[in-house]
Amino acid sequence: MVKIGIPSALFYYVYYPKWETFFKALDTEVITSGKTTKKLLDNGVREALADACLPVKVFFGHAMALRDKVDYLFVPRIVCTNKKTVYCPKFLGMPDMVRHGLPQMPPLIDVRVDTRSQRNAIWNAYQQTGSFLGCKKTKILSAYTSARKVQSRFNRLVLSGYHPLDAMAALKGENVVAAKEYPQRLTFALLGYPYNIYDPYISVQIIDKLEKMGVNVLTHDNITPRTLSKQKTSIKKGLFWTFSEQVLKAAKYYFNSEKIDGAIHLTAFGCGPDSLLNNFIEREAKKYPHIPLMTITIDEHSGEAGITTRLEAFVDMVQRKRSGVSLAQ
Amino acid sequence: MPNKVTFPHMGESYRAFKMLLEDLGNEVILPPRPSRKTLDLGVQYAPEFACLPLKILLGTYMETAAKGANLIVTSGGVGPCRAGQYAQLHREILREQGFDMDMVVFEPPKLYPLDFIRNVRRLNAARLSYRAIYLCIKRSWRKLKALDNLEKLTHVIRPREKQRGATSQVYKKVLPWVDKAHTIKEIEEAERTALDEIKKIPRDFSRTIVKVGIVGEIYVLLEPASNLEIEETLGNLGVEVERSIFLTGWTVDNTIKETKELLNAKDAAAPYLPELVGGHGRDSVGHTILYSQRGFDGVIQLAPFTCIPEIVAKTVLTSVSKEYDIPVLTFFLDEQTGKAGIATRLEAFVDLMKRKKELKTSTA
Repeated sequence: MVKIGIPSALFYYVYYPKWETFFKALDTEVITSGKTTKKLLDNGVREALADACLPVKVFFGHAMALRDKVDYLFVPRIVCTNKKTVYCPKFLGMPDMVRHGLPQMPPLIDVRVDTRSQRNAIWNAYQQTGSFLGCKKTKILSAYTSARKVQSRFNRLVLSGYHPLDAMAALKGENVVAAKEYPQRLTFALLGYPYNIYDPYISVQIIDKLEKMGVNVLTHDNITPRTLSKQKTSIKKGLFWTFSEQVLKAAKYYFNSEKIDGAIHLTAFGCGPDSLLNNFIEREAKKYPHIPLMTITIDEHSGEAGITTRLEAFVDMVQRKRSGVSLAQ
Repeated sequence: MPNKVTFPHMGESYRAFKMLLEDLGNEVILPPRPSRKTLDLGVQYAPEFACLPLKILLGTYMETAAKGANLIVTSGGVGPCRAGQYAQLHREILREQGFDMDMVVFEPPKLYPLDFIRNVRRLNAARLSYRAIYLCIKRSWRKLKALDNLEKLTHVIRPREKQRGATSQVYKKVLPWVDKAHTIKEIEEAERTALDEIKKIPRDFSRTIVKVGIVGEIYVLLEPASNLEIEETLGNLGVEVERSIFLTGWTVDNTIKETKELLNAKDAAAPYLPELVGGHGRDSVGHTILYSQRGFDGVIQLAPFTCIPEIVAKTVLTSVSKEYDIPVLTFFLDEQTGKAGIATRLEAFVDLMKRKKELKTSTA
């Protein structure tokens, strides 16, 4: 059986269920690189360019972990999926970076997805992948249909409060519970890209930590795509990176919604789009002086203790502020 | 209120822009050459991880604002490079700092033709006819070309000059000649005499000259103050430099039609980086391959710190460098970069190339 490797990084947190179902339906074996570990990240850091951002280093580590285990590595070139915004340049150049930046990689499947240039670009990409593996069109179509079904189930789970990794486990029939919202607790918006906030290792388990401190955590995934796309940001031209625009709109929505007591922007060291996005979020936050915002930058050396201290201090501050307000009333 | 216009400083190009904007009836506040002070201002108010050009431009705008400028003319962009977002961030930061400045942002005219016309009308303070505007643009275009040609020639002459510094001296002397010229005829004449003057510099033809191509991000390539005069430093080390981007070529690529040079670079890069990753990432890869095929001794890549397109390019360049047997030296520039550090690395790089070249010629 042909073995397809899917690195558990970047788009993994968004599209993995779809990809897994698709490849399995085509009678191939799917192998992932599992959770990010210290060793894995160290490997990535060694091979990647020092100036590259943290997520790229993580991805390199995951790709290397699969090097000798698979026949093909699935690294699609996802350019645009909504006809408007594109992904960050590093996503656009990812297959080339893996092919030319890492030694002895297995052959890549790097289909290009760009919904601006052709109709049905997404289906075409799946079809190309399928025919590359030597499957018939009918088989690819049925695989694609079931993949879409699984993906929409996954999306529903995520929207209802499951974090992507939990939702993936739930799809597999494991018994996991969604993060509950407790009405009396503090609620924070955690702003950031899926591959940063949901990766327990590089985010130093920020979601778990906050939940243990008694905070409800909301992310951009808890807003329906429709509501999200309706948000109007204050910048005229909009951001032209898909994930960044999503996060900025989520920030706008949460600040405006009275749902949150505080917001945290989690950004990775060396992230290009974030250098601007962070500034725009700060500007948005200034309009709502009663909601504090904290920016946490993570890198390959992020210490567990340092982040915990900052989180505790931030939670305490918001907590005190809230009890102060309720006393005054 | 009359327009007091300013624009980003990019090498010597300001001479052509000044003429164009003045012809259209605006008062021009010349941007000063970026200095330590410019950069400090930019660093103070710009986001920490924003790239060097954003910081330098912000500093430039603040300096010109203090001189009374109230309108900024700049270029836009449609991604995925960050430069396309500069204008809106600059506008916000300037407003926050109490500078009431308006911005005219030129987006690619093919995508936004109406926007382009609106911008042109906004700058047309003298109410010239479209035909007259066209002639003004044509003249300043000619000037821009003359400036580019002069600069190209200095790159060839400098490594061979007998007395160090002679080329830079003559170059400084002849620039005002072109600056003063106004009609196309005058510009052509000034260009000719200036080129002749530079060619008169006494040269030493016995030296071993290595040829180096320079690729990378446009702003740090075109503004010598941002790359710490790397071309001059290289020239003094006996290196003939060829730069992959000139303002004239870039403008043609982005407004009218892609030039042959760019198409060649695109084709050359295709096996390594087939995707437009924003900025000049793909061009950097393509030009490196072309330089290698033309027998250059090395390539230097210049990029601002955290520039994603160039990081992608650099990652790919490692295997290009190996397969085409051409050394590539990359500088990521930021506000901390020092001239001495760059000079040391350049000296070592040039020594290596010279040795390699001498070995090759002695065995051949």
